[in-house]
Amino acid sequence: MELHDIWFVLIAVLWTGYFFLEGFDFGVGVLTKLLARDRAEKRVLINTIGPVWDGNEVWLLTAGGATFAAFPEWYATLFSGFYLPLLLILVCLIVRGVAFEYRAKRSEEAWQTNWEHAIFWTSLIPAFLWGVAFANIVRGVKIDQHKEYVGTFGDLLNVYSVLGGLVTLTLFTFHGAVFTSLKTVGEIRDRSRALATRLGVATAVLALVFLGWTQVSRGDASSLAAAVVAVLALVGALGANLAGREGWSFALSGVTIAAAVAMLFLTLFPNVMPSSLDPAWNLTVTNAASSPYTLKITTWCAAIATPLVLLYQGWTYWVFRKRIGTQHIADAAH
Amino acid sequence: MDLALAPETLARWQFGITTVYHFLFVPLTISLAALTAGLQTAWVRTEKEKYLRATKFWGKLFLINIAMGVVTGIVQEFQFGMNWSDYSRFVGDIFGAPLAFEALIAFFFESTFIGLWIFGWDKLPKKIHLACIWMVALGTVLSAYFILAANSWMQHPVGYKINEATGRAELTDFWAVLTQNTALTQFFHTITAAFLVGGAFMVGISAFHLARRRHVPVMRSSLRVGLVTLIIAGLGTAVSGDLLGKVMYEQQPMKMAAAEALWDGEAPAPFSVFAYGDVEKGHNEVAIEIPGLLSFLAHNDFDSFVPGINDVNKAEQQQFGPGDYRPNIPVAYWGFRWMIGFGMASLGLGMLGLWLTRKRFLLPAAYRTGEDEVPHLVLFKKPLSPKLASWYWILALWTMGFPLIANSWGWIFTEMGRQPWVVYGVLRTREAVSPGVSQAEVLTSMIVFTLLYAVLAVIEVRLLVKYVKAGPPELTEADLNPPTRIGGDDAHADRPMAFSY
Repeated sequence: MELHDIWFVLIAVLWTGYFFLEGFDFGVGVLTKLLARDRAEKRVLINTIGPVWDGNEVWLLTAGGATFAAFPEWYATLFSGFYLPLLLILVCLIVRGVAFEYRAKRSEEAWQTNWEHAIFWTSLIPAFLWGVAFANIVRGVKIDQHKEYVGTFGDLLNVYSVLGGLVTLTLFTFHGAVFTSLKTVGEIRDRSRALATRLGVATAVLALVFLGWTQVSRGDASSLAAAVVAVLALVGALGANLAGREGWSFALSGVTIAAAVAMLFLTLFPNVMPSSLDPAWNLTVTNAASSPYTLKITTWCAAIATPLVLLYQGWTYWVFRKRIGTQHIADAAH
Repeated sequence: MDLALAPETLARWQFGITTVYHFLFVPLTISLAALTAGLQTAWVRTEKEKYLRATKFWGKLFLINIAMGVVTGIVQEFQFGMNWSDYSRFVGDIFGAPLAFEALIAFFFESTFIGLWIFGWDKLPKKIHLACIWMVALGTVLSAYFILAANSWMQHPVGYKINEATGRAELTDFWAVLTQNTALTQFFHTITAAFLVGGAFMVGISAFHLARRRHVPVMRSSLRVGLVTLIIAGLGTAVSGDLLGKVMYEQQPMKMAAAEALWDGEAPAPFSVFAYGDVEKGHNEVAIEIPGLLSFLAHNDFDSFVPGINDVNKAEQQQFGPGDYRPNIPVAYWGFRWMIGFGMASLGLGMLGLWLTRKRFLLPAAYRTGEDEVPHLVLFKKPLSPKLASWYWILALWTMGFPLIANSWGWIFTEMGRQPWVVYGVLRTREAVSPGVSQAEVLTSMIVFTLLYAVLAVIEVRLLVKYVKAGPPELTEADLNPPTRIGGDDAHADRPMAFSY
């Protein structure tokens, strides 16, 4: 295995970390409208991710920075090519971060309601768009011989990619509902479990179609194995949720995300961004990669830093391990 | 295509707008993180309540500020790929590495420990909670270092070779990129300038309250911390600025000639105080100068030769082929002056403030004040008249803005002074832009970012004003009795969270 192959795996790991972690916090954002009955419950939801959402989002920045370092051509083509969807994601992430931090800082009704709307939409839109983006990467887009994206914004919206978007949206919302049932106490916990069941069924149907389509059109044995793991884990997560085993359910919905990301990356390899115009113009792990020297340095950095990150981020979850309910939410504005 | 709306021009405007805006929050974040950590350390060591109240007050303003710094920083991570894809392709091998390091080491640090600090008041024992804010402070400094190493490579590329086969720059010596003198001096200068911002911020807000005789114990201590920070940072900025100037004279003679509007080389070269010139003809029409000072800034003596704009332009034409290698001279010239002027003005006001509010030194015993009194503003033997005193407090409040103006112009000067190069001597800015991104797309994103940032600025400033006016919070029983166990004490399991969104 050469360094650029290792980096292909590492990029997949970073995206897995991102979708696993920000997946549930996007889900929680969506649930503020689907699940919460009043402001106190909304605040319970928001506070389950309060201490961690920022750290979760850094997985995205790291995926971006690492792609820049390890596969500059991929970074350049992807982000200049998917310009407008990425702009929309960035705007959402900007507003979303400010919404979390500022919502409780004034007591005016309109102020708080507006930020609550913002939290819902800015969680829902990226949760959908990341699926659209990855479906397009896997499907292949119009890339010319100069590695430039030459398609239009409209080309990025097709049945397959919209389906991909619906899968990530429902999967993340399911993941978020399972997370909520694990992190809350009281009535909201029961309702989030009930909602998780319905979301899980919807996710399973959509995911089955999307992963099946992906497998039939461009899969191989290894991607099939990953797809099977994803589906089994999702079924397991649903079962655990029904049985009231919230920890297991969350772990398994996490496995679903990891296996689904693995499946998409397995169908890509050795490409990183296939061209729909001519296979000769595909961006691959070799023609998009940095020099071996740069890959070696960044490998060392990742090998040392990533376990540490997992350690102290894991510790954060342990510090905030207690469930919260409406009784833990203070009235006053901060 | 009309030059004013060419994608390259628009992409540059967007980069300028989003980056200057981002950098309004960055220096305050870097300095306030450390200053808040310092105040909290004082609380943990002395157990004086005023330090805890100060920590909570400045910590809240810090959080309102860092939220904006974080979210506007997300754009920076992706903008190179979005708008500067040819740049990214060409330099990714080198430029991407420090960015990846920054994310893996610094961003994770900052974001994880800030969450622990915000929500950790009733979940972490005192000392561990304190360690969290220090980790955040460390993260901000590490982040600055990596991104400045990357920027320094654009100012002065080292440790690379051009791969003829791929036409890309490739890294050959990462250590050189991280430790070249451009990176080290730029880091020194940027960090000291950041503390200038934080010091002035503390001075201005403390002055606001002291002038109204409110929250005196907290604000009196904060004023002193702010003034001392302002002076140390101001002196550090001057020293590091001088070092950085000498590095730039050596590495980017055009930038420094432009900063001085020195059209033709001179020995000894003068420092320009005021100039008005004709860029087309390449000379100044009005010039007020201090003889020999530029030679000193460049070479530490008062008589050596400093090349001028026209000389460097000719030399670069010979080296790189026909073309105009001059940056925007008025922007470089005035940017350089606004940077120094506003930076040093804030240092001067800090020195004046520390002298006026001195505790003992050369202060008549009658005017010494206790910890809960507003200090008298004593110039020599007698306090200032009430009118003059209120003027000082107002001036101190305005000082808050000075280092921000200086920081912004410093970066505008540094980046625009490097033009037409994006990587000095290696890659031109017009060759760096994304060829596949249309004019309409860049125009859209530029308008969206500008409007969004303008709205957020209004929201943020109004929120800061609200919390500044509110003053330090009253302490609660829970504040004074932090938990002894990680995760919070069981006895308080059903108590509302000390902080919640």
